[in-house]
Amino acid sequence: MRESEADGIQGDHPGPAREPLHLARLMTAQSMFEKIWRAHEVVPESGESPAVLYVDLHLIHEVTSPQAFTLLRSRGISVRRPDRTLATLDHATPTDSQQIFGGVPIRLESAARQIAELERNAAGSGIELLGLRDERRGIVHVIGPELGMTQPGMTIVCGDSHTSTHGAFGTLAFGIGTTEVGHVLATQCLLQHKPKTLAVEVRGKLSRGVAAKDLVLAIIGQIGVAGGSGKVIEYRGETIRAFSMDERMTVCNMSIEAGARAGMIAPDETTFEYLRGRPQAPSGADWDRALATWRRLASDKDAKFDSEVKLDAADVEPMISYGTNPGMTIPIGGNIPMRDDEAFLKALHYMGFAPGEALAGKAVDVVFIGSCTNSRLSDLRAAADLLRGRKVAGGVRMLVVPGSQQVKRAAEAEGLHEVFIGAGAEWRESGCSMCVGINGDTAAAGRYVVSTSNRNFEGRQGQGARSLLASPVTAAAAAITGRITDPRELMA
Amino acid sequence: MQAIRRIRSRTIVLPAANVDTDQVFPARFLTTTSRQGLGLALFADWRFDASGGLRPEFVLNRPESAGCSILVAGRNFGGGSSREHAPWALLDYGIRAVISTSIADIFFNNAVKNGLLPVIVDEDTHQWLLTHPGAELEIDLEAMTVTLPDGRRAEFPMEAFARHCLLHGVDELGYLISCLPAIEAHERANAR
Repeated sequence: MRESEADGIQGDHPGPAREPLHLARLMTAQSMFEKIWRAHEVVPESGESPAVLYVDLHLIHEVTSPQAFTLLRSRGISVRRPDRTLATLDHATPTDSQQIFGGVPIRLESAARQIAELERNAAGSGIELLGLRDERRGIVHVIGPELGMTQPGMTIVCGDSHTSTHGAFGTLAFGIGTTEVGHVLATQCLLQHKPKTLAVEVRGKLSRGVAAKDLVLAIIGQIGVAGGSGKVIEYRGETIRAFSMDERMTVCNMSIEAGARAGMIAPDETTFEYLRGRPQAPSGADWDRALATWRRLASDKDAKFDSEVKLDAADVEPMISYGTNPGMTIPIGGNIPMRDDEAFLKALHYMGFAPGEALAGKAVDVVFIGSCTNSRLSDLRAAADLLRGRKVAGGVRMLVVPGSQQVKRAAEAEGLHEVFIGAGAEWRESGCSMCVGINGDTAAAGRYVVSTSNRNFEGRQGQGARSLLASPVTAAAAAITGRITDPRELMA
Repeated sequence: MQAIRRIRSRTIVLPAANVDTDQVFPARFLTTTSRQGLGLALFADWRFDASGGLRPEFVLNRPESAGCSILVAGRNFGGGSSREHAPWALLDYGIRAVISTSIADIFFNNAVKNGLLPVIVDEDTHQWLLTHPGAELEIDLEAMTVTLPDGRRAEFPMEAFARHCLLHGVDELGYLISCLPAIEAHERANAR
């Protein structure tokens, strides 16, 4: 990657080889998605076969890659572009400092085996691995942007459904299965059918105490957990434009929770400022050339989308989930709806709630701040601002898991760790942790977890554990009172 | 990958909507480096109680489900995590087709790449299937039809390329590798 990365960006102009088609395309206004899709079509889709789509950056991790390397070995195929592949350890990796830095063996043997296997696979194929003690290690969707590898106009894939996060930079980024991980390792390409487009336009300003997480939960609540099926979402409008990159990543991250293939936001000055000077971002004359290309990526003024949804940010309140999918949410002061269908009642039974009940005031057991949705520096700041000078309520366990080692160090440089530790929270090493509960960071059956992560599926955070999705500040409020609490009540 | 032409079986019906891949294959079993034997973890938290005993009321554990290879699921099956362990586990358990009105994108892609047939049917057919568990069906991939016990036929979509791969038991990697000259040309033209 490195050197060639910048070149790849300039290469995003459709080349002369495809001139006739290219001219025809110039006649019609294009969406950002169409521009990126077309620049990466190696073979266009036809009646007989899907498109062959080129992948600029392939991110891999320990949990969904081992069987892909096995597939390659069984066919005698080597990794075609290790320079376009980056490996990290996050999903099954411990977040306990002793197991990372203290010389204590990794407690979960199966996780240790997966980590060792990725170390072997990466070394054997010349892929760079950000290993256990690497200061650049972290959650795959946090480190890509942080290192400046995620750049506008790229196609990015990973064996993880939250790859949509990278779309915040104006990339086409989506999750793939392990067989497809093998395809990309072998050919740097994927077979894809062109998805449809959905524009989500957000106007107005979020009120105080309302976060990007609340907005995306409200969007999913509106369009439903299958509302984005077969589609790529482009988030647009003044609210999105005013968002920081961290906030944009939170929104794009959860596109998959609406069933969407990907989520995207057009790159602008906020994007460029974020990327400027990052280790893998282009520099010097390359930066100027890249910038000129990136500025042309936004959807054309008259671009058509297959469907469109509009929202007013001013209507959004702090949200919390009450059920077992991310579409089952209510404003934190609201009541669970009254419904009597089987799936709804099954979900409420699992959660230990009744139709029509209010959630505010209900006791919680665990608070988790972390995950590729909400583990960046601004998320930690939002939680720490509310916690400063306060304590985690008795009987509540609070875990704070930074998205990357770099986020951890940056937070420590600001003294955020002292706020968390002083309040009685656990300040851990980076990783997916209790978002997916593979590494042993789990909650016990029946426990209520207020979580800044992305999924409240049954058992997601531990067998029988009950997840309540919320923003970092809402999670911090629950930690302080030990109850589901509107964070605005605690804000000075 | 096993070729599929026709699947004849009675159905297992799991009517819940929005069954996600965390239910199909709970995350704690993901620390495997193999794709063999994953059927043991299929729907683990619904099949087994906390001490590992079978929950007799769960549909997969009922005697009439033994030997069935068609799963009829509620709408929007397979959302959430991209884990391919979900179709691997279904296949290892003996399921060869999943029928619903909608199937999540990543699960759908993962299924066809492994010879698990995702079958999307209309609302009426789906309703009939949900209310007639154990019905003997014939799924014909070549004709893209599901035949109900009374002879009624419902059509289902399958794009040409995936259908070809499934009918012949070939995977997509061979085709992608045959595209390498075009891939190299694309890299040269775009300095990738």
